[in-house]
Amino acid sequence: MAKNIFVFCEQRDGEIQSVALELLGVAKQLATVSGEQVCALLLGSNVADKASQLVAYGADVVYVVDDVNLAQFVTEPYTQAITQIAREYQPNAMLFGATSIGRDLAPRLSARLKTGLTADCTQLEIDQDGNLFMTRPAFGGNLFATIVCPEHKPQMSTVRPGVMKMMEPDYNRQGEVVSKTIAWDKSKFVVEVVEEVKEVQTVEKIEEAKLLVSCGRGVKDLTEAQNLATKLGGTVSASRCLVDAGMVDHNRQVGQTGKTVRPQVYFAFGISGAIQHLAGMEESEYIVAVNTDKSAPIFKVANLGIVADAQAVIKQLNKLI
Amino acid sequence: MKIIVCIKQVPNTTEIKIDPVTNTLKRDGVPSIINPDDKAALEVALQLKENCGAHVDVVTMGPQQAEVALREALAMGADNAYLLTDRAFAGSDTLATSTIIASAIKKLGADVVLCGRQAIDGDTAQVGPQIAEHLDIPQVTYASQVDYVDGALVVKRQFEDRYQTLRVATPCLVTVLSSAYKPRYMNVADIVAQDQKQVEAITFNDVVVNPEDIGLKGSPTKVKSTATKQFDKQIATYELGAEEAAKLIVDTLKQKHLI
Repeated sequence: MAKNIFVFCEQRDGEIQSVALELLGVAKQLATVSGEQVCALLLGSNVADKASQLVAYGADVVYVVDDVNLAQFVTEPYTQAITQIAREYQPNAMLFGATSIGRDLAPRLSARLKTGLTADCTQLEIDQDGNLFMTRPAFGGNLFATIVCPEHKPQMSTVRPGVMKMMEPDYNRQGEVVSKTIAWDKSKFVVEVVEEVKEVQTVEKIEEAKLLVSCGRGVKDLTEAQNLATKLGGTVSASRCLVDAGMVDHNRQVGQTGKTVRPQVYFAFGISGAIQHLAGMEESEYIVAVNTDKSAPIFKVANLGIVADAQAVIKQLNKLI
Repeated sequence: MKIIVCIKQVPNTTEIKIDPVTNTLKRDGVPSIINPDDKAALEVALQLKENCGAHVDVVTMGPQQAEVALREALAMGADNAYLLTDRAFAGSDTLATSTIIASAIKKLGADVVLCGRQAIDGDTAQVGPQIAEHLDIPQVTYASQVDYVDGALVVKRQFEDRYQTLRVATPCLVTVLSSAYKPRYMNVADIVAQDQKQVEAITFNDVVVNPEDIGLKGSPTKVKSTATKQFDKQIATYELGAEEAAKLIVDTLKQKHLI
């Protein structure tokens, strides 16, 4: 019978990605409800020493495939390795980070294992019988759907990075580490990696940013705002008046004559919220507004509204984060 | 070289609004478009056609009205268009959809299959890789550049923090990012020419597919429930000093796992 929750623990250059630790955290919560174990899949080359980290973050068992064929991510070898392990151990559920690796690998695997896959989940729940309830946004975030996969195993899901909570690591936790050897079908290895080049993040497009620190007339000094954006992994955008004042480039302008954005978090610092601005950002998932004018229209769309001096709040946030 | 481009007709999700009273999606009057990533995939195909003489077919699965999307693709320069439409296909999830589309590609034959990375209505990015698996051909996803060099495709494959340059022999499947290719406009000659062309229907009887593997029955995943986005908009605002304000912001965002 299909059993246990398997987590694909993505690593890049031997470094476990934080989404993998987040998945171990949610898997542990799920496994507690369904009375199962959390099984980590650690694939790569020269990565076996990372198994203890996965145990500390919630894995009960770590299956390690340490093989030179897995040194760089290429779909087919990774698919073959996980397919062999899945066929041997019959997982009840399998979780992947919804990254450019997880979203390449998981659908390929789901078709090979002839089972269902739910993309980019933001919430996972399970019942005592091990049925997984996978909730995900659809229609550009306008709708949430809860998906089940009742008759096929494993129940597969990719999970949005940054949503699930990782456990506090406990390096005294005990876990079993199992090393696996894969019977490769190398006739299928037909994609050749000519080169792999790491990229420094170039100028981020504000319409693709997950977090925006947006500034308006109430912000006089953009360096502090830039610091905050960097610390939070986001980017700086602005209302029209700062663009017209030449303080910010036009490609960072939010609003009707600028860009339409819908980040997970939108900070509106010192922005009053003219209708043209609101049109460009009101679909953001979570809006924090800070403005000295408590009748400012921005507060009508804000999830968290604070009447205060924006510049001073930015400064305090930089101290706190 | 024969290229098949898989496209999807989607509602323009940026124009979908929530009815503030009923809290449901207002879909009436929302225009349908070719999914942006798919349109970029078509542009890749048309550039390959210009550079090395490829034959470009477009395939979509959907109701009769999806013909509009295929006609637009023809007017951009595609050679033939096929509409996969049958009641037996309805209710398919990504796995069942990929099974149907793969069966059509098998029937038509292709050296290169191009898809968009993902559709803006479903956002799954799953159908492309699943088609590749059914066809037993290699896949390259997240492509930002595709060239045909010495009988193979050379593809720039994007990751969050890096890129790979991959060389893959045909047959293969590539999924394309819309940010990398700006689709051409329809041209007058092709708009006129597409009028003379047939959009060929492909139904259940035209493909070799197990009825157990398609439609609702062939879909491992089921939608259990749906809900519209909850707006927990703050009516009251807090009047606070900068220090307390900063603390409240950080605590709230952490609690919601947003930072």
